[in-house]
Order: sequence, then structure tokens, then C-alpha cells
Amino acid sequence: METLVALMVGALVAAAVYLMLARNVLRFLFGLILISNAANLLIFASGGLTPDSPPLIDEGAIAPAAGAANALPQALVLTAIVIGFGLFAFALVLVYRAYQTMGTLNSDDMRLAEPEERS
Amino acid sequence: MTLLLPLPIVIAFATAILAFFFRNGSEGRWISVIGSALMLVTGCILLSEVMANGPQAAQMGNWPAPFGITLVADTLSAVMVVITGITALAVSVYATADVTRDMEQQGYHALFQVLIAGVTGAFLTGDLFNLYVWFEVMLISSFGLLVMGGKRVQMDAGIKYVTLNLISTILFLSGIGLLYGVTGTLNLADLHHAVKLADPGLVTVIATMFLVGFGIKSAVFPLFFWLPASYHTPSFAVSAVFAGLLTKVGVYAMIRMFTLVFTQDIAWTHGLLLWIACLTMVTGVLGAAAQTDFRRVLSFHIVSQIGYMILGLALLTPLALMGAVFYLVHHIIVKANLFLVAGVANRIAGGTEIDRIGGLYKGAPFLAFLFLIPAFSLAGFPPLSGFWAKYVLVKASMDLELWIVAATALAVGLMTIYSMTKIWGRAFWKPHPAGTVPTLSSLSLGTRMAMLLPISGLALLTVLIGLFPETFVQLATTAAEELLDPTAYLAAVLGEEPA
Repeated sequence: METLVALMVGALVAAAVYLMLARNVLRFLFGLILISNAANLLIFASGGLTPDSPPLIDEGAIAPAAGAANALPQALVLTAIVIGFGLFAFALVLVYRAYQTMGTLNSDDMRLAEPEERS
Repeated sequence: MTLLLPLPIVIAFATAILAFFFRNGSEGRWISVIGSALMLVTGCILLSEVMANGPQAAQMGNWPAPFGITLVADTLSAVMVVITGITALAVSVYATADVTRDMEQQGYHALFQVLIAGVTGAFLTGDLFNLYVWFEVMLISSFGLLVMGGKRVQMDAGIKYVTLNLISTILFLSGIGLLYGVTGTLNLADLHHAVKLADPGLVTVIATMFLVGFGIKSAVFPLFFWLPASYHTPSFAVSAVFAGLLTKVGVYAMIRMFTLVFTQDIAWTHGLLLWIACLTMVTGVLGAAAQTDFRRVLSFHIVSQIGYMILGLALLTPLALMGAVFYLVHHIIVKANLFLVAGVANRIAGGTEIDRIGGLYKGAPFLAFLFLIPAFSLAGFPPLSGFWAKYVLVKASMDLELWIVAATALAVGLMTIYSMTKIWGRAFWKPHPAGTVPTLSSLSLGTRMAMLLPISGLALLTVLIGLFPETFVQLATTAAEELLDPTAYLAAVLGEEPA
């Protein structure tokens, strides 16, 4: 199970890097969203994937039985997803505004904040 | 006692909420000033507590470490909180004159306070995932502040800043995931023990991921390109607080992680850091030499100065770490101040492109004097704070007989003087190309007070650190000792008895 998820993370990262190498800023942003989901999956897998053993504590016991799933990475992933969602909502609006004001999505043409080139 | 630790963060958040409700009137800006002052006071109380009783820890929600979220303040954290308070106070006073009505209505003061809360939280947390959350708090508010105003250059700068910082965040997050997978804990004090049981090779790989993630955040070579592309575009109050605090949070995180957790392969990690430090110093200062915009010159200098702090971490001797801590404090004060001066120059001379302005020395000698103090301090002139910071680091590298490193640090100092004299010669000495003489009296009395008061205060602080370095050296030495021997830190967090 872990191997499968690890391969999936690898595939996602590869696709994300491919997208992020594009000059189009929107493609870059899509790459960023993919790679952040790859990171989320990675955290999910890092706790170990143990099917059919919910992290429930038996009555009277103070710790879950051995071999129970680790619930912490899932809590971390939830936090990371929420934060990521906020950041990417902002980034998407920013790219849209940049397109409106600069009229381009090509990162090579985005040189407004750079000093003028002197020949 | 346990209330004292979250207090600076709570104050900043409460101020943010209040300032947001009063954003349509002029009350918002004064709420922001009062909030920053309160935060500074609590920071000082915290520092005195830490100085008297050693590192302090508080377990949030009464979950014992390593299960719950821990807030912990050792000397380094407490000093950083105080310096954050000082910067916040100076910038919020300056902002009362600098920030436009429009930006206030868009919630400038609230975002600014959230940024301060994020920075403070990052300094105080003792939990790795919590550190990530504070980084995000800081990041999202800095995004908002950077593009506020909506000028075209700001959109361009925003794209670069946002995208590259998001990459750093994702690397950091992946590093956390892997580290948890390997060690099964996220509490920094607990990690200190746990990484020793893990496969050192795996830990080194993870350490390198953290190195790159924090490297982007703290703008080291070759990952600094977002910084000079963006710091010269927002309003001056914003760029001052960015220049003072944001990259330094990255440096702080790096110092914390690479003294407390990742010490399993010092030859590789800290050897790499030494190269990074030297290259960062040199590229930063060379980049500055080629620029002609006031704020772009200063932005490249941030990069160059980050190199000095990383150098202190890379050498990892008590003296070098002490130098790094001293440099952090000195740099935050001086750099924020220089950006504030640039703001006044922009107001009275009508620009920051140093070829298109001039005559500031003739028309505003007081401002020229206030520029000279932080500029000389940055370059390392005795008796200002920068001299001691550089002196300690150069001495630390000479003690290890790293002659080339010491020579690089000295040469970079010399180059810093070159770009400072460039700004001095062109913006201050040369007559204004338009034939006018920029004077401070062109500003209203209120504006003048609000702008010059924080600048004078920060300049005075620079001089004080320079003239009476002993207290500060003492503090920095304690901080360095605690970093190298974290027994007291571990005891405070985990409740272990010191062996």
C-alpha cells in the first residue's frame, strides 16, 4: 500500500515539475497545486497505512491497541489542505489580476518590477 | 507564567481584529501603535523572565509534551520577540503617516498585526508543524501587504514572491512529513533525541530538504531571486517590516533546526552552509553594486547580510553563534531603519531612483545624518553595532583558521561601503537634477514627527548597541550557549532533569 502511494507521489511531483517549468504562469500555478497535493499525500503515507485498524481506544485502556492506524498525519494533512486551499485561492486571484493589469501570462514578459535594460 | 508565553501572539491577533473593525476611521492606526507597544512590553517581560529563570515552556491545552503543542522561549526566542516588538512599534508609528487612506480601508493595519503575530509565533513555537502554521500566517498576510495598492509593478513582484515562497512552503511541508515518518514526533525537543535513533543517512536527506526550504525563505544564494524582485514595490512601511523581519524568520528557523535537531552530519550540512554563506555574501553585495534604485540596493544588501548570519551558524562555535545572534538583532534594526529613510527620501525628493533625485544633504541635513548612522553601521564602522557583529564573525572564522572565509567577510564589508557611498554621493550630495532643493519642511509637522521619530529611535538604538555592546554581547553569548547545549531547553519542554 505504501509503495503504491509513494509511486503516486512520485508521479504527481514529476507532472508538477513539468508544469512548473512552463513559461505560462497559470500552468506554473497548476503545477504548484499538484505538488502541494503530492506533499499532502506524502504526509498521509508517512504515518504508515494500516487498513482495518481504526485508532480507537478500548474501554478502560489508556492507549490504542498495537498496530492501530496513526491518526496524527491525517490531522496534519487536514490542516495542510485548508492552508493550501487559502494560499492557492489567493495565488489564483493574483494571477488573474496580473493578467488583467499586464495583459500577459508569459513570465518572460513580466519585467515591470525589474530595472530597464540598458543597451 | 504559562500565560506569558502566548501573550505576545494573542495581543497581536487581538490588535488585528480591533484594527480591522476600526479600519474606516483614523482609530485603526493608533490601535495598531498601542498594540505594538503592548506586545513590546510583554516581550520585554518575557525576556527578563527568561534571563532570570532560564528557558520557559508552556503546554497549550495542558497536553504534556511531546503530544501537545508547546510554546517555548529560550534566550534567542525571547530576544527575537523583543526585537519584533521594537520593529513593529517603529513601523506602526511610521505607518500612521506613510500608509494611504485607501490602504487603511483595505485593512492594512489588521494585516500588519497578523504578520507580527505570525512572526512572533514562529519565534516562540516548540513544535515543527506549528512552525509551519506560523510561517503560513506570516506568508498569507505578507502576500496581502505586498500587493496592497494594486500598482502594476506590485502585481509583477507579487507573482514572483508568491510562487517562489509557495515552493519553499511545500518543501518545508514535505520535509516535516518525512521527518515524522522517520522519527514519529514533531516536538523540537523530542526530535533532538529521536533523530539520534534514526538512520543518519535518511535524516541528512531530510535536513537538506529543510535547508532548501528555509534557504528560499531566508534568501540565500542561489535561492534569493524573489527578494530583490519584490521588496522595492510595496509601500515603504511594508518594505521596512519585510526587510527587517521576514527573511530573519527563515534564518531563525535554520539556526534552531541546525543546532537542535540536525547535528548528525555536521561535516555535510554545516560544510554546505559555509559555502552558501560565502557565496550569499559575495553575490548579494555584487548585485547591490549594479543597482541604482535606493530600495533595490538595500534589497541586495539584505541578501549579502544574510550570508553573515548563515556564516555564524555554519562555523558552529560558541563565538560564531554569538556573532550570528548579535548580527540578527543588529541587522533587523538597521535594515528596517534604512528602508524607512528611503521612504522619507521618496516623499521629499520625489523618487527612489538615485540618478533622478539629489540634494538631500543640502536640503535635509538631519535626514542625511539619520541615513549615515544605519548606513555606516551596515558597513561595519566602529563604534556602531555592525562593527561588533562583523568583528565577532571575522574573529570566529580566524580562530578556526579559515582565512579565505574571514577575508571574504572583510571584503564584502568594504564593498558594502561602496554601495552606501553610492547612495550617499548620488541621492544626498549631488544637486537635484530638477534644480529643486528637497526639504523636510515640505512635510506637515505631524507627518514629519511620525516619520522621523521611529527613524531616530532606531538610529539611537544602533548607536547604543555600538557604544555599550557588553549587555548585548552577554545576551547573545547566553543565547549561543543555550543553542549549543540545549539541556535547559529540553528540561523546560520535556520536564527532564538536567543530567
